[in-house]
Amino acid sequence: MMNHWIIAPVVLPAVMGAFTVLVLRNNISLGRIFSTAATALLLLVSVLLLAGATQNGPEVYFLGNWPAPFGIVLVLDRLSALMVALTAFLGLAVQLYAIGTGWDRRGRHFHALWQFQLMGICGAFLTGDAFNLFVFFEVLLIASYGLMIHAGGRDRLKAGVQYVAYNLVGSTLFLFALATIYSVTGTLNMADLAVKLPTLPEGDFALIRVAGVMLLMVFAIKGALVPLHFWLPATYANAPGPVSALFAVMTKVGAYAVIRCYTLFFPEDLTATGMLFADLLLPAAVLTLAVGAVGVLGAKDLGRLVAFGAVTSMGTLFVAVAQFTPEATAVALFYAVHSTLAAGAMFLVADLVLERRASGSLLTALPPLSQHGLLAACFMAVSIAVAGLPPLSGFLGKLMVLDATRGDDIALIWAAVLGSSLMMVVGLSRAGSVLFWKAHEAEGQSTEHAAQPLAFVAVFALLGGLVMLTLAAGPVMSWLAETAQQLHDPAAYIAANRLEAL
Amino acid sequence: MELLAASAIGLMTAVGIYLALRMRTFPVIVGLTMISYACNVFIFAAGRIVPGLPPVLSDSAAGYSDPLPQALVLTAIVISFGMTAVLVLMGLGAFLEAGDDKVDLDETAQTQGGDAK
Repeated sequence: MMNHWIIAPVVLPAVMGAFTVLVLRNNISLGRIFSTAATALLLLVSVLLLAGATQNGPEVYFLGNWPAPFGIVLVLDRLSALMVALTAFLGLAVQLYAIGTGWDRRGRHFHALWQFQLMGICGAFLTGDAFNLFVFFEVLLIASYGLMIHAGGRDRLKAGVQYVAYNLVGSTLFLFALATIYSVTGTLNMADLAVKLPTLPEGDFALIRVAGVMLLMVFAIKGALVPLHFWLPATYANAPGPVSALFAVMTKVGAYAVIRCYTLFFPEDLTATGMLFADLLLPAAVLTLAVGAVGVLGAKDLGRLVAFGAVTSMGTLFVAVAQFTPEATAVALFYAVHSTLAAGAMFLVADLVLERRASGSLLTALPPLSQHGLLAACFMAVSIAVAGLPPLSGFLGKLMVLDATRGDDIALIWAAVLGSSLMMVVGLSRAGSVLFWKAHEAEGQSTEHAAQPLAFVAVFALLGGLVMLTLAAGPVMSWLAETAQQLHDPAAYIAANRLEAL
Repeated sequence: MELLAASAIGLMTAVGIYLALRMRTFPVIVGLTMISYACNVFIFAAGRIVPGLPPVLSDSAAGYSDPLPQALVLTAIVISFGMTAVLVLMGLGAFLEAGDDKVDLDETAQTQGGDAK
């Protein structure tokens, strides 16, 4: 008997998105109610799935009951359940923010696109088929194109064109990689690939290496890894605040895909590829840290500052991912959860400031904002989280990243992580002092702005998530350690696909 | 046959990359379209180029051509077509808003100002 709830995180937003666009398109209040209820329901389902995955191990959903590897499968294991739950939590909080600030009224079809975006992200996390992963990437991308240019405007549209063009190249590269893998192995089911790749004849090694590196580049584009990060700063700085906050989980899709694919079917003990991917990923991750930190330090406006903060967090995450050991993978997952919540909160606070300030420039001080003290406190809290200072979970995450790195590159990695943290602290302090402290000396009249309690509730929900993550770090880490163990020993995952049934 | 297909894919990709690196929206879109055409032929070739074999059903056939890449390429065509349409519309929107069709963001575009609120 199959567990049909596994497909709920894909079907629920898909139905809701279609319903919203067909029936509720002229009624924003009803659209808000239904869409928020659907996201809340998604959160509930994902928490239940998380509990189920913890108890039962990997479970497979055979779409149309076609046996793998011929049919498409969805696989629910601890990792995918965790990522779906994280997406639903972030999605709900940010959606409340969008309602509380009225962002969803500034253009059409916000809630429908929001649901399709959630559908794409959840599908990408759940799928057990490499081509299906491509399809869900496209679903989440096409919804993100709509959300990115929500409310329009010259700068946003121009940045949007760049974003779409960049991602189209990425999608094409993904297809080239998949076609190469298929031509060599004759399958695209991930579990089947894990079985077939070790038995490849030596003549095919070169092709599969090329395919693996192309696939890595695609995920690096998604995960904003230097030198493929160029789309991120302009996109995140110009997208509407709540959309950037949701995009915080989109970069994690890239990290998730790297963890999934390169532990499952391109592990380090595969003769054809060996250490190739770790050797490519680690320098890129260190470079990402450096570029992100310099970007934070050099940003002239708040939007870009926050965007480069997101780049830096991806650097830290990929440093841990690139170790490809169970310990480091567990740490990477912890940091992924932390940085999703922290980056989401950061984008929301930045948006609150930008809404109240005449300009986002960090070069000139402007008079105090309305709700100045509260905003300053929020900015302080999210800065601590993003920079990785105690007492929030960013500190624990970075500490464990440092602890999990072993080998010859340890000096380089420690220098990069610690140096980038220092530069983040300096950059964020400078931004905070211009935005909040120097405001008291600035000439001019401050403008009144509505209080927007719901928006602050959303920010506090994300901050509360971070506090919970910090307090429960011990149990969370032992849960993640077991998750990482499962990832590095994928026998249960492969067995769940029932490949031998044929 | 292989040589023809391979050089067609290579040529189209090269032309596509060249055009995608231009600074105006229109050549970029044409370039991306060329790359996706090359990609479609490439996926097709991933199922091996075998002339004269039936795709799925035939009682008398000695073998079959691989039907899966044909399904994959259909999906890829639909998706790239849709994406290109989105890009065309966004490029048009950006052209109408900004008055030019340059792909680059200029310096003023990087400061998020008070527009579109």
